[in-house]
Amino acid sequence: MFISDEFMDLPGRLIVVEGIDGSGKSTQLDLLHKWLRSEGFVTVFTEWNSSPIVRDTTKRGKRKQLLTPMSFSLIHAADFASRTHEQILPALQAGVIVLADRYVYTAFARDAARGVNRKWVRDLYSFAPPPDLALYFHVSLEESIRRIGAARAEIKFYEAGMDLGLSEDVSESFRLFQGRILQEYEALCDEYDITRVDAHQSLVTQQVQVRELVEPLLEGMPRRDISDVPSHFHTGYVALAAGGGL
Amino acid sequence: MTEVKFYGEPPPGIEQDSLPGRLIAIEGTDGVGRSTIISILKDYLEAGGWGVVDSGLRRSPLVGPGIDQAKEGHTLDPITLNLFYATDFWDRFERIMLPALQAGMVVLADRYIFSLMARAVVRGAARQWLEQIYGFAMIPDQVIYLDIDAEDLVLRILERGFDFWESGGDYLHDRSIYDGFMQHQREQLREMSLMADRYDWDVVDARGTIEEVFENVRRTVMPTVESMSLP
Repeated sequence: MFISDEFMDLPGRLIVVEGIDGSGKSTQLDLLHKWLRSEGFVTVFTEWNSSPIVRDTTKRGKRKQLLTPMSFSLIHAADFASRTHEQILPALQAGVIVLADRYVYTAFARDAARGVNRKWVRDLYSFAPPPDLALYFHVSLEESIRRIGAARAEIKFYEAGMDLGLSEDVSESFRLFQGRILQEYEALCDEYDITRVDAHQSLVTQQVQVRELVEPLLEGMPRRDISDVPSHFHTGYVALAAGGGL
Repeated sequence: MTEVKFYGEPPPGIEQDSLPGRLIAIEGTDGVGRSTIISILKDYLEAGGWGVVDSGLRRSPLVGPGIDQAKEGHTLDPITLNLFYATDFWDRFERIMLPALQAGMVVLADRYIFSLMARAVVRGAARQWLEQIYGFAMIPDQVIYLDIDAEDLVLRILERGFDFWESGGDYLHDRSIYDGFMQHQREQLREMSLMADRYDWDVVDARGTIEEVFENVRRTVMPTVESMSLP
């Protein structure tokens, strides 16, 4: 594989969050990110589907509804490959903290829910560096639908799995498709070393848990000296009542 | 009928067990004359009454424009580039090749998965990884390989000019364009000839005149085409 032995034990730390839409994983990662920066850690943030080289193709495919289960899978792998090469690997080699909003498990869950061979998808992503910490924010289908309903007016075509023809009705299709993804995630937690976080808990409770899990990984990570910088200048400093310090 | 078989696990979305058409892949390195031969062969077969569709790299409506744009930047790493091409291949297979095979046409694929694999191998990708990914490809009825060596090839390229990617410019930075071309093509040709044995291709010598090469290709292809009921 491209990821040869020289990439197997890199000095940086890779922390990834996973979960279905509406699980609150991005909010939790964002809070973690701001806390780490306020503590002076150097961090690199990367999110699913955001490679400048590939993103436009994926967008066009979605807009024109050109994507089928296999091309959906492949183009997302291309996006991930490009970010691995340009963001994730360099940061891990430089020895800093990488925060990834969705990682290979998103592809494993979604592509399997679309009927793509599970082993094939795992082989496809075998170039991905293994994370030091993978967090799965578990939320029930009902709760995720309730949250998304409050936040978004319209569910997108591929998010609802409309390409699979599960139902003519978008809400019903979304429910069926997300239900499948949820099942895949459950199986992935057993297959890989993924830590479950109960995403029904309060936001603060979850964040405290997240920080506790992250803390052991921070040892030896490079820090900027920010002791003489007023706290409101610490990038996006977030005060959490129950937040743990270092 | 062509039996629908894949190199690896069958991909989702393909329901047919057999197809009335014929899938013929023409493989060969950059500048070997594939496109010219395919265009003559297409005219020839159409004149004989067969329906023919040709499909070449980067022509997928989904990925084609994206690859062209990305390649302009010269910043693509080999894995991303390869996965771009894999997406392009699959999109063309589903959208162009499969419907044509279903309609009983002859599909002439201008390159298949093998060129894509060879390009990635010379840039450092593991063969095993590539074989796993490209396991999604349907096994063609026939693969024709236009065989040439780098010394003969370069004489043709000199007339039309060198290309950055064909000369391995993205990974052989410190070479002159001639040295880069020769090294990149030699390694690619070695990969291709390994695959020729492994996948049992029909090898046609591409060093002769267009007329000679076409005649050899025609003779090799006709039994496959004629195994369909005559139009």
